[in-house]
Amino acid sequence: MHPAPSVIIFTALSGLGFGLFMWLGLGAPDVYGMQAFGMFFIAYAFAVGGLLASVFHLANKKNAIYSFSQWQTSWLSREGVLSVITLLVFAVFAIGRIFVGVSLDFFGYAGSALALLTVFSTSMIYTQLKTVPRWNMPLTPVLFLLYAISGGALLSMQPRVAGVLIVVLSALQWAGWMMGDARFAQTGTTKGTATGLADRGRVRMFESAHTARNYVLDEMAYRIGRKHAQKLRLIAITLIGVVPALLLLVAPPSMPLAIVALVLHLAGLLTARWLFFAEAEHVVTTYYAHD
Amino acid sequence: MTKLPTETQKKLGLVIDLDTCVGCHGCVTACKGWNTQNYGAPLSDVDAYGADPEGTFLNRVFNYEIAPHDGGPSQTVHFPKSCLHCEDAPCVTVCPTGASYKRVSDGIVLVNEDRCMGCGLCAWACPYGARELDAVAGVMKKCTLCVDRIYNENLPEEDRVPACVRTCPAGARHFGDLGDPDSEVSKLVAERGGIDLMPEQGTKPVNKYLPPRPRDTLDKTPPAALETVAEEATGFLAWLDKALERL
Ligand code: SF4
Ligand code: SF4
Ligand code: SF4
Repeated sequence: MHPAPSVIIFTALSGLGFGLFMWLGLGAPDVYGMQAFGMFFIAYAFAVGGLLASVFHLANKKNAIYSFSQWQTSWLSREGVLSVITLLVFAVFAIGRIFVGVSLDFFGYAGSALALLTVFSTSMIYTQLKTVPRWNMPLTPVLFLLYAISGGALLSMQPRVAGVLIVVLSALQWAGWMMGDARFAQTGTTKGTATGLADRGRVRMFESAHTARNYVLDEMAYRIGRKHAQKLRLIAITLIGVVPALLLLVAPPSMPLAIVALVLHLAGLLTARWLFFAEAEHVVTTYYAHD
Repeated sequence: MTKLPTETQKKLGLVIDLDTCVGCHGCVTACKGWNTQNYGAPLSDVDAYGADPEGTFLNRVFNYEIAPHDGGPSQTVHFPKSCLHCEDAPCVTVCPTGASYKRVSDGIVLVNEDRCMGCGLCAWACPYGARELDAVAGVMKKCTLCVDRIYNENLPEEDRVPACVRTCPAGARHFGDLGDPDSEVSKLVAERGGIDLMPEQGTKPVNKYLPPRPRDTLDKTPPAALETVAEEATGFLAWLDKALERL
């Protein structure tokens, strides 16, 4: 799939924002006043920034408002509705903590649950697609949630918790890549099933339907070389987990180190998200592939 | 709305005969023409005469080659592909705006362009590449089964079929109600063993494809290949060959 910057930034930033909200709702860190203002500012900046980036992906922005209407069937719609509700619930909680000096725990806990649900619906936009076997597996939502809460832990400056979480995340991300590699073959989709001609012989492309590119090819036929992907996986996992985990768990706790860990983790997250799209094969490519 | 109907009164769709299709792309052109001048945003072309042309089409014709498992001669199959108006259309349920829907009355899958926000998720959800986002209008385009022809009383009766069906010079495209077992198209599908594309995706396509009929076989062995006359050049030609190589 085409790794469009708008969707990479959308999923990465909004995930981090809602991950941070999740921790803030639980009172970790337990901050009030100006400190709380700083934390909530960061959370809103990431969550809202991510959502705005997703709007850049739309070819007909004026109809975006209708996207709140189909929550009964559409995960994309659910994601929109849930993110707005979450941001509103946290507005109440944040005002209490920043200006009044009280912790409205009910709003905090409800907000944390909603933040996780929002990230879950984001992940389901991709997981639900049977047409993209690499995404269509139970580990996808688990990874999205883990990215959110470990990134959130890093942002909320909880080095030990974040350190442990990113170790788990790195292991599962690697497993996800391995499992993802086998997914396409598991679906059994080939040029034979795509054309329905499998039992007549080996089906090969003779001539494509069009010599020029089109929307389907641009969006769904993005290909990345195997070797290239393997290198990027190594880079991503080093940045997401290995180095930050060493900095957070092995080195003596310090603010500058935590910030370095955060920056590396963010770079790793963006690399991994780029791979999430670039490596995903769509079944429609069977109509175009030569063999 | 984007909830799929449990049952539709009719299942209108196409039956495409892979045996008779000659791959002329007539249906592609007729489809583009009709759908550019009628319902909804026109199907745009960008940089049509330039170095990197791109355009929106609702129907495209591929060409495949089948190499039989028994080693017999290969066979070319022309393969038109447009929306299959699936019963379990994944493109409909993913749509966040309610722009995509499946009609209860006839099962046609349509896009309401006044609601579509151009997110493209429905095109991702379609296994068949049947949806294309128009680069100029910014809305999702797909085969409408020519809704503006099939019920159109301003057209002479013989024209009240999809443009692609009407234009096909080989009679390879058939239109009708696949939900009615007694319809001409249903009988054709039963008789010729009509197939679903990518059944493993669980979309339950309404459109069916009729596989190519078995080819004629020769009743005598084909003539042997001609004997090779000369493996290597000799005499003057050999000298010329060497001389040219040395240059
Ligand atoms: S062919 Fe594709 S666009 Fe048409 S109904 Fe099926 S899934 Fe939807
Ligand atoms: S591109 Fe339009 S029709 Fe398709 S899912 Fe998005 S809003 Fe719905
Ligand atoms: S039925 Fe109409 S819209 Fe669909 S492929 Fe044929 S001509 Fe195009």
